[in-house]
Amino acid sequence: MSRLGCKVDGTAAFKTLFLGAVFLFVATPLLATLLGGFKSLGELRTNPFGLPQIWEWRNYADILLSDRYWKLLGNSLAIALLTVVLTLIVSSMAAFVFAHLRFFGREMLFGYVTTGLLFPAATAILPLFIKVRDLGLLDSYSGIVLPQVAFGLAMSILLLRRFFRDLPPELLEAAVVDGCSYIGFFWHITLPLSRPILATVGTIVFVHSWNAYLVPLVMLNNDRLYPWPLGIMVYQGEYSSEWNLILAFITLTILPTVLLFLFAQKHIVAGLTAGAVKG
Amino acid sequence: MRIATARRFDTSKWAAVLLFLPPALLLFTLFVVLPAGEAAWYSGFNWNGFGSPTRWVGLDNYRFVLENRAFGNAIANNLLVIASSLLVQIPLALALAVILAERFRGALALRMLFFLPYILAEIATGMIFSFVYDGNYGLLAAIYGWFGAEAPHLLASSSTAMPAILVVIVWKYFGFHMMLFIAALQGLDRGVIEAAKIDGATGWQLQRHIVIPLLYPTIRLSIFFAVVGSLQLFDLIMPLTRGGPADSSHTIVSFLYTFGVMRMRVGFGSAVGVILFVLCATFAFTYKRWFMRNE
Repeated sequence: MSRLGCKVDGTAAFKTLFLGAVFLFVATPLLATLLGGFKSLGELRTNPFGLPQIWEWRNYADILLSDRYWKLLGNSLAIALLTVVLTLIVSSMAAFVFAHLRFFGREMLFGYVTTGLLFPAATAILPLFIKVRDLGLLDSYSGIVLPQVAFGLAMSILLLRRFFRDLPPELLEAAVVDGCSYIGFFWHITLPLSRPILATVGTIVFVHSWNAYLVPLVMLNNDRLYPWPLGIMVYQGEYSSEWNLILAFITLTILPTVLLFLFAQKHIVAGLTAGAVKG
Repeated sequence: MRIATARRFDTSKWAAVLLFLPPALLLFTLFVVLPAGEAAWYSGFNWNGFGSPTRWVGLDNYRFVLENRAFGNAIANNLLVIASSLLVQIPLALALAVILAERFRGALALRMLFFLPYILAEIATGMIFSFVYDGNYGLLAAIYGWFGAEAPHLLASSSTAMPAILVVIVWKYFGFHMMLFIAALQGLDRGVIEAAKIDGATGWQLQRHIVIPLLYPTIRLSIFFAVVGSLQLFDLIMPLTRGGPADSSHTIVSFLYTFGVMRMRVGFGSAVGVILFVLCATFAFTYKRWFMRNE
């Protein structure tokens, strides 16, 4: 107690040491992955931590010049963007109804949709596979996008509804007096005012889809449609012990996530944590 | 006039309801609710997914699941993941949040760095750590090498695979909990803390008796997410061990994938899914009722 409480210097030193240790724990694997991609296999073995003695730019260049890398990224991007757009359209419409329109059974329907928070996709993955197969959507983007949208709806509707309800009610009253319809109000007033929350929800949905593994794994046989998490597993299988190439490949596939994080960190942090806080 | 306005507006309301609500309800029902219901139905059959299910076996699938040794392991592993979240991850996150919620040079950068693993794909994270643990090329092997020791292949031994995975889980998820706590700390009433300082509370006392109690609601929320997240753990397992060696590192979902999906044993896999669902739902309801009543 006295050691931590009284001596200011002791506390500060302890904090610094603690932060330093956690910093090393988090940063070392990431840096070693980035740098490992620049090494030859032999050097990786003798010098996995340090800077490369000889920078093997070719490891990265070969991947960046390959169709394979861009195909995987393109698939992931297409799936993620479709998921985001569809989620935003469908959930903002539903959230608007749940936020502003009173009718019998509304709370019940809202309760119904938010039970979606309880269903991890894994619990019903086999019936989901059979459903997607029977709809003829296996090996297609829609076979991944539609289930992803459906499973993300509960969270998105919850977040959007809260935001819509917090918009000043005078707006709706004024619009009513001016003879504006609800649909017109939604389109001309609600959506433009909701850009921040739409960006936040869109960013979360994008990150989830970009990283998703289980649903694409189950719904795709054809590797031409593989998103990158599936593709990188195949790549690792082929280059099983050429760790330098695998590390370069990992770096290049997580790079878009890191860039997105740097540019949209406000939305990502707000969305992933505030999305969690209070339903 | 008034009546006319009211009627027109009513039409406008129902137009919005009937146009805006069905897409969400349809998608949700078709891809979330129906499959969940079907899982319960299919779990009563011995079925490979082709044709229609005809061989009704009652509760046999549940018996097979519960008698399966690998499933027992999977449940134990999920409990282990939950325990490590509660005992390591959340305290670590709390300590870091208390330090990093204050303003000093580098605090913001450290927050972001510590949060970064959370948004990386679990697949990528798993592969990075299968490099870290690799007995020939990995970082751990190098550290052993400095001491002239032979590196162990952590992921290849059934006694060390799961502990190695737990470290990865802490690495990936503590930043999320840290951010939750930081957000809560920044929303705290500074007045209470200043008052306690004036009354002579310092350092550890202040944290222990004032700040942390104020965070209890967030801690409860954090525990909720840790448990629900642990129950769903799957992606991370695949690049690291695929549940091996000798089925020692399965989680419930990786068990479901390996023994249900890969072998297209629809009834068996659905039974695992139903068990998982019951665990999640039971936990969510009891936890909300007991610990989160006011939130």
